[in-house]
Amino acid sequence: MRFVRRKLVQLVAVILCVTFLSFLLLELLPGDPATKLCAGASDDKCVEAKRAELNLDDPLPVRYARWLGDVATGDLGTSARNAQPVLDSLKERLPVTIEILLYSQFLALGIAIPLALIAARRAGGIFDRGSTAILFALLAIPNFVLATVLILIFPVRLGLFQATGYTPFTENPLQSLGSLFLPAVTLAAAECAVYMRLFRTDLIATLQEDYITMARAKGMSPRRVLFGHAFKPSTFSLITVIGLNFGRLIGGTLLIEVIFSINGLGKYTVDSILGQDYIPLQGAILVIAIGYVLINFAIDLLYAALDPRIRHARALA
Amino acid sequence: MPAPSPNGPAPDSVFASSGDLATEISRAADADVATRDPLHNLDPDQVEGERAGKRLGPIFWIAVGVFAVIAIAAILAPWLPLKSHTVPVGRPSQPPSSQFWMGTDSLGRDIFSRAIWGGRVSLQVGFASILFGLFFGGIVGVIAGYRRGRTETVLMGAMDVLLSFPSLLLALSIVSFTDNREWWLVSIAIGIVAIAPIARLVRANTLVYSQREFVMAARSLGASTSRIIFKEIIPNVVFPVMSYAIILVAVAIVGEAALAYLGLSVRPPIPTWGGMIADGRPKLENAPWISLMPCLVLFVTVLALNLAGDRIREYFDIKEGGL
Repeated sequence: MRFVRRKLVQLVAVILCVTFLSFLLLELLPGDPATKLCAGASDDKCVEAKRAELNLDDPLPVRYARWLGDVATGDLGTSARNAQPVLDSLKERLPVTIEILLYSQFLALGIAIPLALIAARRAGGIFDRGSTAILFALLAIPNFVLATVLILIFPVRLGLFQATGYTPFTENPLQSLGSLFLPAVTLAAAECAVYMRLFRTDLIATLQEDYITMARAKGMSPRRVLFGHAFKPSTFSLITVIGLNFGRLIGGTLLIEVIFSINGLGKYTVDSILGQDYIPLQGAILVIAIGYVLINFAIDLLYAALDPRIRHARALA
Repeated sequence: MPAPSPNGPAPDSVFASSGDLATEISRAADADVATRDPLHNLDPDQVEGERAGKRLGPIFWIAVGVFAVIAIAAILAPWLPLKSHTVPVGRPSQPPSSQFWMGTDSLGRDIFSRAIWGGRVSLQVGFASILFGLFFGGIVGVIAGYRRGRTETVLMGAMDVLLSFPSLLLALSIVSFTDNREWWLVSIAIGIVAIAPIARLVRANTLVYSQREFVMAARSLGASTSRIIFKEIIPNVVFPVMSYAIILVAVAIVGEAALAYLGLSVRPPIPTWGGMIADGRPKLENAPWISLMPCLVLFVTVLALNLAGDRIREYFDIKEGGL
């Protein structure tokens, strides 16, 4: 319990810092934010209105507190380009991005775990060395390069899957997964390589423990040793990295959603940046950063639940 | 049981029946001395590497060679007999041929010379951003690792907040502040992103070395803090951090290409690999080489840097867990 409380305090502190940084985004704009927000308008009316709307004459901490209050009540402002409330756009786009993220994590783990199990059974064997080398090369492929190649191979040459667009999951689950297959594979490739390398190393280390030798000596089948004894203790670093990698994946969706023209959170962010539409950008960054912090918080707890040693070691420290 | 040899002392004969055990123990003790006693070898990493028969190996040298070719071509671009990289030199969308080694793009510009010129931007940004990150991340990491206590909590807490923004998003937001996107501005944007991971790595290494006997010795001799940091700690931390920095350069190059793909790196007409890939996207069906050629160049560069960095890192044996 003490561990959870400590982590909660940390979580609140980090979230406050993150919200402050997102808030600073507008403040740090060179010159007067109001002028920047009214880049298109020619008269001073817009600037005046913006100044009043954003209360730019108040001191910074006051404005931050007010902004935080607005955010807490769900008011993230409106977009300058289409006058749509930012919160509505985010609500609409968040599920799409979440589906891509989960889909690619499942794909990556679904491929990496079996591969790691096969490789670790005969460490140093042909399969082990071959798969390690191939995955190392895979890591060197930037995701937008992989996306380009996949689009060339599947939709363009083979006529399989779609290169653009998205079907909502609630409308038609199967078609939805089909429409997101290429984006998810693109994101999963590098993750898969990381997971496989990590899980393989941990499995090999676990398989050298004394209790594994003991289990073997008792005459337990290799399969049972692998799944019953070695699997769970080897998953700890994998779980941590899954959490950490969500950040990289979210960064990846920025590009991938643009390449595959999927209207998710990533494309919304990039469109806001390209359109110099700062209030939606602020909202998007806030949602992404808080989502990332929350995921890592959940992973920390899960990690502690799996391994009692962490709970005690960290709580005491 | 063999007779005890006359000149062998008594304790030796105890191990005579199991000679292996004796050698094992002495070897283990030697290893312990080697790791525990820095006075006996000033650079334990290197000595251990040699004992295990570690070599950089042919793959490393091939990777270095490939990267050197790309880098030299990029550096010498203004003096090489290349076709123009900004104006059309042939018919648009021509496949690779003996005249246009990588074909021409949708405007009829030579992809080969554009790829080489694009390499200038990629390498400039790749190295400049990591140097920027090394400088500031290094300062933060050394101070946090050496001073410990409250300073460390505050500094590393700030790094954690920086890390809670996905890196590409952070770089994008920084770049979005300005319309004037010179290569050094892009470098600073990516360099800021690199500060936090480098600070963590430097701190982890500083922690290890500031506990070592030679630091304690220097301190007891009355050396000032700055002397200890500059003469005792930094020279030891530099090598492991540099080998990791090679991989970070590859990451920075990919980051620049990603920004360029979104049109947020240096402005045209200066070619960038990411921009070239994005240009070819609508033409993927009829003229795939417009995208694929810069893709290939980017992939080869990143792979070469990754391979070289990975080998060097293994050579210096840095634990990934410390990151």
